[in-house]
Amino acid sequence: MAEFMSEGKQPEVLFWVGCAGSFDDRAKKITKAFAKLLNKANVEFAVLGAEESCTGDPAKRAGNEFLFQMQAVTNIEVLNAYEVKKIVTACPHCFNTIKNEYPELGGNYEVMHHTQFLKTLLDEGRLSIEGGKFKGKRITFHDPCYLGRANDIYEAPRDLIQKLDAELVEMKNCKRNGLCCGAGGAQMFKDAEKGDKEVNIERTEQALDVKPEIIAAGCPFCNTMMTDGIKVKEKESDVDVMDIAELIANAQDL
Amino acid sequence: MNYIPNILFLIILVAGIGYFLKNVKKLIRNIKLGKDVDVSDNKSERWKNMAMIALGQSKMVRRPISGFLHVVVYVGFIIINIEVLEIIIDGIFGTHRIGLKVLPKSVYGFLIGTFEVLAVLVFVSVIIFWARRNVLKLARFWKSEMTSWPKNDGNFILYFEMVLMTLFLVMNATDLDFQSMNSGNVISQYIAPWFSSFSESTLHVIERGAWWLHIVGILVFLNYLYFSKHLHILLAFPNTYFGNLKPKGQFNNLEAVTNEVKMMMDPNVDPFAAPAEGSEEDVPAKFGASDVQDLNWVQLLNAYTCTECGRCTSECPANQTGKKLSPRKIMMDTRDRLEEVGKNIDANKGEFKEDGKQLLDDYITKEELWSCTSCNACVEACPVSIDPLSIILEMRRYLVMEQSAAPTELNTMMTNIENNGAPWPYNQMDRLNWKDE
Repeated sequence: MAEFMSEGKQPEVLFWVGCAGSFDDRAKKITKAFAKLLNKANVEFAVLGAEESCTGDPAKRAGNEFLFQMQAVTNIEVLNAYEVKKIVTACPHCFNTIKNEYPELGGNYEVMHHTQFLKTLLDEGRLSIEGGKFKGKRITFHDPCYLGRANDIYEAPRDLIQKLDAELVEMKNCKRNGLCCGAGGAQMFKDAEKGDKEVNIERTEQALDVKPEIIAAGCPFCNTMMTDGIKVKEKESDVDVMDIAELIANAQDL
Repeated sequence: MNYIPNILFLIILVAGIGYFLKNVKKLIRNIKLGKDVDVSDNKSERWKNMAMIALGQSKMVRRPISGFLHVVVYVGFIIINIEVLEIIIDGIFGTHRIGLKVLPKSVYGFLIGTFEVLAVLVFVSVIIFWARRNVLKLARFWKSEMTSWPKNDGNFILYFEMVLMTLFLVMNATDLDFQSMNSGNVISQYIAPWFSSFSESTLHVIERGAWWLHIVGILVFLNYLYFSKHLHILLAFPNTYFGNLKPKGQFNNLEAVTNEVKMMMDPNVDPFAAPAEGSEEDVPAKFGASDVQDLNWVQLLNAYTCTECGRCTSECPANQTGKKLSPRKIMMDTRDRLEEVGKNIDANKGEFKEDGKQLLDDYITKEELWSCTSCNACVEACPVSIDPLSIILEMRRYLVMEQSAAPTELNTMMTNIENNGAPWPYNQMDRLNWKDE
């Protein structure tokens, strides 16, 4: 972003990578896949790099409003200094926080989830999607809570999967009834309370019930939880967990 | 002498409605113990929500079986209550079926006929509801919070409705004039033969008995509402009106914190400035909620509105996987504690006297609070716009900001965010490494 600024230019969109997308080895692959798609579609995008910091989502959901607002105000200062107008992110938690909780604190941007953004690129004819190796495959989509119920976005990711000429199969609980992966509300960072099952196992079982070849996700945390679930069920060789951006990028061998 | 029934009726009516109003006043006072929250925005959208969700039952029918049965009982309940109007007028003025005097016979017959059909439909639906609870034993009615009173409460209401519907039909069946009119007795004509062996005077006694029991029953039911889970028949309307309009993922930003953060960020603020003694700012704001008075009044209204159907709990991922959290219990606990606080205020001449108890720990445990994934399934599931998640969040805020009582792993996560700007212990300078990997 600093480079654009020094050249006196504004990028079309700021790609908010997020902590998972920056540090988590699995999520970094999603970041790269999405960046490749942006390049393919000739989107001039910028990232904040080392100037990006956690949105504060897990702190807020854990109850630490102080830490959340400190993070929010710091990020908003950076974003406003760069006069950012439009943000795209591959993480529904960052998406929800920046879109819904930053405006009151002085951060007003147009915020899109990467599946929405890719859908727009597709509709505008800037990006084409081919089925490639995913043609005819059984794919089920796991709705991230913070994209689905939290923001009522159910169709953009599904539209993209269908463009791959894949067979989209729905789980028993989907869309507004979708079962959580178990990571939200800061659960990602702690052990679960005592119970008789892990939430991600329950969700993985629901996914395996529809016998998919691929479980598609739209959130790095859901991705981790479902990948773990598949490992516990020893189905790694039969079922892949992939982000929508990865599906589209891999279909074109990007 | 002839006026005794009229006077008796008036006394019962006034007492019944009066006691109900007294409890409504108490209810409003208790709800107002909550903090103020501004819900005066978007009036048209709010009316629309009330019309769709409460009046139109749009979220009830998402579960088709219980939704359909509920619509039957709901429509039946509202329409049959038109009959109560006639009963009240008859009772006060000592008339009999005043409707026949003001309406053409065919119209009156049509109305009563409709009521009779609805009464049977309600009766059948209520039987099915009872069977779902007690014979089929649907899981959501047998969770750990649904023992003793909550379980009996649910059944009592069903028995009440069965009895009221029966009384209405018996009243019509034993009314010889009404039967001989042969208009509107679509159902009761089949019940009338059961009473054919009785003499005319006995029938009259039964008819009068059913009439009196019906109206007294309705008044008792009205007054039972406040003590039961059944307040939703009234409160669903304001509750859906005041329900959240923002995206469900948006959690409110605490204003008190915003002020603090702004001060911290402002280089011109005197770091040693203390508010004047005795001024309003002298008392630091309490963050989050440990008791019902720390919640806002809409959250308290939510608690009174909850009818313990358990749709929230049956959708909750934590509950489904055997954790202690049950969103329904969060609402039940909030109401129970609020009632306790209300009784405390009544007993202490309008002042709350510290009772050494609070909502946190004495009702809702930390284990329940920390099981929540904030997935909004409970909020989505509620047919009357109750938001258990907002209460869970407020209580977490209290635990973290007032008590520093977060689980250790969450403290580590938060320390990482403070130090590295990420929930994991990575260097912020490495954020762009993915570019070259």
